[in-house]
Amino acid sequence: MKYAGRLAAATIAGVLSLAACGTDDNTSTAGGTSSAAAPVQGDDTVKGTINAAGSSAQANAIAEWKKNFQSSNPGVSINYNPSGSGAGVQAFIQGTVAFAGSDSALNDEKGEPAQADARCKTGKAINLPMVTGPVAVVYNLPGVDGLQLSPKTIAGIFNSKITKWDDPAIKADNPDAKLPSTAIQAFHRSDESGTSDNFTKFLKATADADWPYEPAKAWPAEAQGQGAKGSDGIASSIKSTEGAVSYVELSFAENSQLQKAKVANGAGEYVELTPESAGKTVEAAEIAGTGNDLKLKIDYATKAAGAYPIVLVTYEITCEKGLAAEDAKLVKSFLGYTASDEGQQALTSLGYAPLPSSLLTKVRGAVEAIA
Amino acid sequence: MRRSAFRRSRGDGPFRFASTGAGVVLLAIMAAIGVFLVVKAVPALQANTSHFATEPTWQPNATEPVFGIGALAFGTVLSSLLALVIATPVAVGVALFISHYAPRRLASVLGYVVDLLAAVPSVVYGLWGVTFLVPFMLGPSKFLNDYLGWIPLFGGDTVVGKSMLTASLVLAIMILPIIAAISREVFLQAPKMQEEAALALGATRWEMIRMSVLPFGRPGVISAAMLGLGRAMGETIAVALIFPATFTISFRILGPYGNSIAANIANGFGEATEVGRGALIASGLVLFLITLLVNMAARFVIARRKEYARAAA
Repeated sequence: MKYAGRLAAATIAGVLSLAACGTDDNTSTAGGTSSAAAPVQGDDTVKGTINAAGSSAQANAIAEWKKNFQSSNPGVSINYNPSGSGAGVQAFIQGTVAFAGSDSALNDEKGEPAQADARCKTGKAINLPMVTGPVAVVYNLPGVDGLQLSPKTIAGIFNSKITKWDDPAIKADNPDAKLPSTAIQAFHRSDESGTSDNFTKFLKATADADWPYEPAKAWPAEAQGQGAKGSDGIASSIKSTEGAVSYVELSFAENSQLQKAKVANGAGEYVELTPESAGKTVEAAEIAGTGNDLKLKIDYATKAAGAYPIVLVTYEITCEKGLAAEDAKLVKSFLGYTASDEGQQALTSLGYAPLPSSLLTKVRGAVEAIA
Repeated sequence: MRRSAFRRSRGDGPFRFASTGAGVVLLAIMAAIGVFLVVKAVPALQANTSHFATEPTWQPNATEPVFGIGALAFGTVLSSLLALVIATPVAVGVALFISHYAPRRLASVLGYVVDLLAAVPSVVYGLWGVTFLVPFMLGPSKFLNDYLGWIPLFGGDTVVGKSMLTASLVLAIMILPIIAAISREVFLQAPKMQEEAALALGATRWEMIRMSVLPFGRPGVISAAMLGLGRAMGETIAVALIFPATFTISFRILGPYGNSIAANIANGFGEATEVGRGALIASGLVLFLITLLVNMAARFVIARRKEYARAAA
């Protein structure tokens, strides 16, 4: 039994890495040409190994960056373990990795900033927004394209209060659509995930009355619905189930060619999800951190024109000062690349959105200050 | 043999030491696992702001941790029992066919295939389950719900593919080869004299099997079933992929209900905080206890059967 479990874990790792390879392959032409046309700027003298761990939501982004960065800096090898945000932050605090990828900034309530500052000895830990992952509301209704949903309706659906596709609330959002009376099957992530965390934050912020649960990485059991494991599990469930609806990162929605709903922002405008419309919400976010700590406070009810409201910003968490000299140089060089224009541009083909330029300037400044 | 019984060989001492040592190490490892689970679980259980046995949710990473084992333990036991009920008759049939019905050449090929099935990694069953069986089960589930809905097990208003029934079916397929392989070995051990005597008395093959093979093999089949049950309860990734991971305790095996302890650990570990990990370890401790109880019950049953069989013989 124990061996079977271990075997299963090993196989899963194999399957996941195969999946990751698959993603790489799909985009290798785009990435390859871009890095050949514009060689990554970097110091030829950088050599060594960076160990990092954390969010699986940015695993594909890191994989792409790693490939480009290593091809222009052959002396560097980057190990990113997509073990999950929580595990990544723990590894960073324990000092086993040079930076952590995380779906949320260091959490004050859990005392993470203090622990992370202690790990950085002479300096303090900083949150650097690096990857924007828009979250799509996906559904499977043959013949009904461009479904429009308001946050209130979305909350009703995921709270199992709206159970048929021809419910008056959905009709009110879509006066022109011909809606079937199919039962709604709402899927959510059965594993704990930053995507669920952000999605429930969005519901809490925009539809408080219809979403009485606290945002969390684990789906609230009271809301009911069906769970599926991992973004790929969600995508395949939606693909195979008529009447299904769920939320998933844009890249998975596009790879599986799922129908994406237009979501109403704070101004009541139904916005289609594109990298640009998601970037507008990040641009409107306010910076909650101080100095070079660029922790963001996203306004899910943003009124900015053309802004798609459900976005996930993932951070790289590292030390502003106090990393080992060798690590600091490597991390600075690598994050310098990821925050560069070609670093950000390399992401769009993977279903991520580039950071808006105003924020990017600040991130670059913060990376410059790493020592 | 008799000659060497009184002579002490030079190898005796070290061998005795090594085998005693191996036994002690095994016990020490078991004790260490138990201590580790308890030590890690206790702080989380103390941090729990609700009742561990009954709380129908799992939010140990919240600032006020709330989590309960009830629905998870229920799902673990129900899915494993259903799997056992589905798998055992089929497995016994397969074993009997291989041991007593099939031509010898076919039997050896079949036996090999059954052994091979037991070696398929569980994630493969899980992926097959979630990509093929889940959508496929929607039809049969609807049928059961429409025509047999008066049986509480098949009742309910919502029928989905990701259900307790689908998970149990996958578990049943996973434990089938284990039960079949062990049962086959046991049936092959059935005393040939008795079998031939039965046939000589004019019994048909089925009567012969019923009179001599099945009574002889019963303890073996029971222990095979218990091994299968143990595997089903500890099975993690296949059910994590299939269960809808809800925390509702319901006997409606066609509805969107179902979860298990092992699946919950697989789902929660990646993003767990200190308390979250402790909570998951506490759930692991409960699974450990349930497995222990099942194994003890199985040993008890087998011991009684054996005595009975010996007395009858």
